[in-house]
Amino acid sequence: MTTYPQSPDAPAKPVEIVSRVVIRFAGDSGDGMQLTGERFTAETAGLGNDIATFPDFPAEIRAPAGTVPGVSAFQLQFADTKVLTPGDHPDVLVAMNPAALKSQLPITPRGATIVLNTDEFTRRNLAKVGYERDPRSDGTLESYQVHEVAITALTLGALEGSGLGKKDAERAKNMFALGLMSWLYNRPREGTLRFIDAKFAKKPLVAAANVKAFEAGWSFGETTETFAVSYEVAPAPMPKGVYRNITGNLALSYGLVAAAQKAGLPLFLGSYPITPASDILHTLAGLKRFGVRTFQAEDEIAGIGAALGASFGGSLGLTTTSGPGVALKTETIGLAVSLELPLIIVDVQRGGPSTGLPTKTEQADLFQAVLGRNGESPVPVVAPQSPADCFDAAMEAVRIAVTYRTPVFLLSDGYLANGSEPWLVPDAASLPTVDPAFTTELPEGGFLPYSRDPETLARPWAVPGTPGLEHRIGGLEKADGTGNISYDPANHDRMVRLRAAKVAGIARSIPPLAVDDPSGEADVLVLGWGSTYGPIAAAIADIRSRGGNVAQAHLRHLAPFPANTGEVLRAYRTVLIPEMNLGQLSLLIRGTFLVDAVGFNQVRGLPFTSAELVDAIEGLLGNGTTEGSA
Amino acid sequence: MTVDVALTKKDFTSDQEVRWCPGCGDYAILSAVQAFLPELAIPREDIVFISGIGCSSRFPYYVDTYGMHSIHGRAPAIASGLALSRPDLKVFVVTGDGDGLSIGGNHLLHALRRNVNITILLFNNRIYGLTKGQYSPTSEQGKITKSTPMGSLDNPFNPLSLVLGAEATFVARSIDSDRKHLTSVLREAATHQGSSFVEIYQNCNIFNDGAFDVLKDADTRDAATIRLEHGEPLQSATQSVIRAADGSLELVDGLRDDAVRHDAHAEDPSYAFGLSRLTTPTPIGVFRSVERPTYDRLMAEQLETARAAASDDADGMLGALLSGTDTWTVA
Ligand SMILES: Cc1ncc(C[n+]2csc(CCOP(=O)(O)OP(=O)(O)O)c2C)c(N)n1
Ligand code: SF4
Ligand SMILES: [Mg+2]
Repeated sequence: MTTYPQSPDAPAKPVEIVSRVVIRFAGDSGDGMQLTGERFTAETAGLGNDIATFPDFPAEIRAPAGTVPGVSAFQLQFADTKVLTPGDHPDVLVAMNPAALKSQLPITPRGATIVLNTDEFTRRNLAKVGYERDPRSDGTLESYQVHEVAITALTLGALEGSGLGKKDAERAKNMFALGLMSWLYNRPREGTLRFIDAKFAKKPLVAAANVKAFEAGWSFGETTETFAVSYEVAPAPMPKGVYRNITGNLALSYGLVAAAQKAGLPLFLGSYPITPASDILHTLAGLKRFGVRTFQAEDEIAGIGAALGASFGGSLGLTTTSGPGVALKTETIGLAVSLELPLIIVDVQRGGPSTGLPTKTEQADLFQAVLGRNGESPVPVVAPQSPADCFDAAMEAVRIAVTYRTPVFLLSDGYLANGSEPWLVPDAASLPTVDPAFTTELPEGGFLPYSRDPETLARPWAVPGTPGLEHRIGGLEKADGTGNISYDPANHDRMVRLRAAKVAGIARSIPPLAVDDPSGEADVLVLGWGSTYGPIAAAIADIRSRGGNVAQAHLRHLAPFPANTGEVLRAYRTVLIPEMNLGQLSLLIRGTFLVDAVGFNQVRGLPFTSAELVDAIEGLLGNGTTEGSA
Repeated sequence: MTVDVALTKKDFTSDQEVRWCPGCGDYAILSAVQAFLPELAIPREDIVFISGIGCSSRFPYYVDTYGMHSIHGRAPAIASGLALSRPDLKVFVVTGDGDGLSIGGNHLLHALRRNVNITILLFNNRIYGLTKGQYSPTSEQGKITKSTPMGSLDNPFNPLSLVLGAEATFVARSIDSDRKHLTSVLREAATHQGSSFVEIYQNCNIFNDGAFDVLKDADTRDAATIRLEHGEPLQSATQSVIRAADGSLELVDGLRDDAVRHDAHAEDPSYAFGLSRLTTPTPIGVFRSVERPTYDRLMAEQLETARAAASDDADGMLGALLSGTDTWTVA
């Protein structure tokens, strides 16, 4: 940290330059913490810092106010260098009430800064969360840098005469907190002021109040003695181009729209609302100008059924859901395997089994996607590794579905869905295209709906409305070539193998598994998939910065695996597979490649911290054995 | 959707061997449908039959149009997706009493509620045929089958009451063996804009033989049926339907001058619902046929509105979407 002298028009207090910061906003579900976090993110992204966010909220819309289950939090990490995760632990915790403090303190390391809304620390509120004594004075916070700020009272004071009642005025207290944090980290304010005006365009009183509260928070930081310095984080070096901040669900939605447009196919979404996938339905419902049809069906089964019907008609059928919904869609996915029609199934994983943890993240639907159907029913599976990467993963899923006439699983998760990061916006004109290659003419010798392309083994896609190609397809086993119903044993054996070979052959169209092993001397490889990419990469960067050698590889394709996967894994003494499940990829890897992979497994509904991954990896460095699953 | 060359029944007959039991009522329905399709003057390629699972659901394999034999109960959902994304097609659903009212009951009701432009033909044999004779949701209470050796316990659905409860815009009933009547009902159903629902009484001569004999036998049928014709009195050969003092429909003996005249176009579905409650005699024909905007048209209109405001430059539009409004540039 360096302190440098101020220029005349700079804030009146000294500014310290810091390299990276993790801030966690926490409050009651009704306190607007998500919005506060998102605004701080937008301001920060605009400054050119690299950034990653992690919204962490309860499943209930409004759990009882002031209780621990009702706490909603938003964490972000921003830095002047590459940011891979939202950070293991906050450097700064903003706690809007005792419940927020109580629930977040265990993950807040000693020495951290805590900004408390003291107004909420009443005896009643303390009792509600089981604080027998006031943590502000009983020594609990001794080793933290605590700033007690009367956020509620200061907000009310600032809004006196605003024309708003007390209750409405109080609701602006999150803007006070945002103003204060914006000052503390020298964030620009124009974006937020514009945002408030737009959001409350129809309620000018409320807009004015929010602006006032924001400014009051800012000047509070500037003028009171509570905060001696403010901080600045310089922009991170990033490739040239135009950037925006984007969440995984939004990037995934856009990837599907872009892929459909590039393929010249109308997108048809059949869906049923479910956390954490509903935002995709919401987004696509607003994109009718791209020819996107969205159909909120009566249930999950009808959602995928309608999507498959649309695919039969020449649209790109899509269904979006989470694990419980996949369970209901399973039979239709099997039908799509048998019909050999393109179909995208988006599973935004959440904690399971059953209803599980709707708003928490997990990777435990991998078996469901890869194996969860009756019969030999191979389905390709693609997984994004970061929020922005959801865009590319979606485009890849569409490429496979259309080229190979197959349902494809796109396995995201709650952490990717709601988390965000800066995204180098691609040039729309140069995005890859995929040719649906519809059959439009009667081929010589007649039309065979189950004939196959020699390279891809894909069957023809001939849609209703095409004269001369009338044909019937269905879920009963069909004769190779003609597609007529067939109960012939040899034919069934052949068809099962053909469908398997078609999906296995996709491996020829995907890039080999890349290994990041800069020293070339690592004997431990960490293999991951999906959203664990960030924490794993951060852990590995940390180990390497201390001279350790460890290799990293990350799977985008879970079915089929890239062709060189076995070769890559066998080159290392030890393969460690961290997963937010009890070892699903590990079992697939062991079964497929006879590689004795070691698992590191957690199902806490939370992403890994890089610190725990560092421990897990370092436990393997230099010796060949480990304990196995955590 | 018009054709120059007149099509014939043969054009709608596929090369697949029909595999229903000899004597099954499905044959008569297939033949009536194949013979009727040319009348629609829609090219074969623009017609699609989608079915679920059951004996009845084998139907699409035998009709030389586009077709899909899908999974148990889900045909209305699949057909909805097809009809919504391809309003240029004529989409039929073929289903059974188990397929459409048991495992797929929910999809059927929602398709009808939405008024998606599909024609649904439900073959009601009051039994599960394909799985070899268990009772179905339309089997009469006390039905003795393999799965109900002491008689079924549950009260059956009245399919027409059910779909009228969902406010289906077109509701009709016909009988497999009455080719002329079936054809006339099919004609109206297939040209109806929106969801049309036709219950077809179908004999399963293996597992529920003779279920509809009273409605078919020359000796009994005239007294056992009320043939519905719009504007004509509601009468069987021996009985009339009149308005009771409380406004409900009442069955009385004799051919009466004050018999209610059938109004298939009554907006309020409660009249048709009242009619659907009559079981002996059984009304056959079109119970209800009313106009309501179809879901696919409304969806197409929203799309057109959105597209009208959009630019022609596809990449430009996509680029603007991807960038959003809050970007920054790293130089
Ligand atoms: C998911 C599923 N469950 C059960 C079955 C078994 N099954 C096939 S057809 C059928 C009943 C069909 O009855 P219905 O719809 O009345 O048709 P019918 O054979 O009488 O024409 C059943 C239970 C199935 N194919 N799929
Ligand atoms: S079992 Fe009954 S419904 Fe099925 S084909 Fe035979 S007769 Fe027809
Ligand atoms: Mg039946």
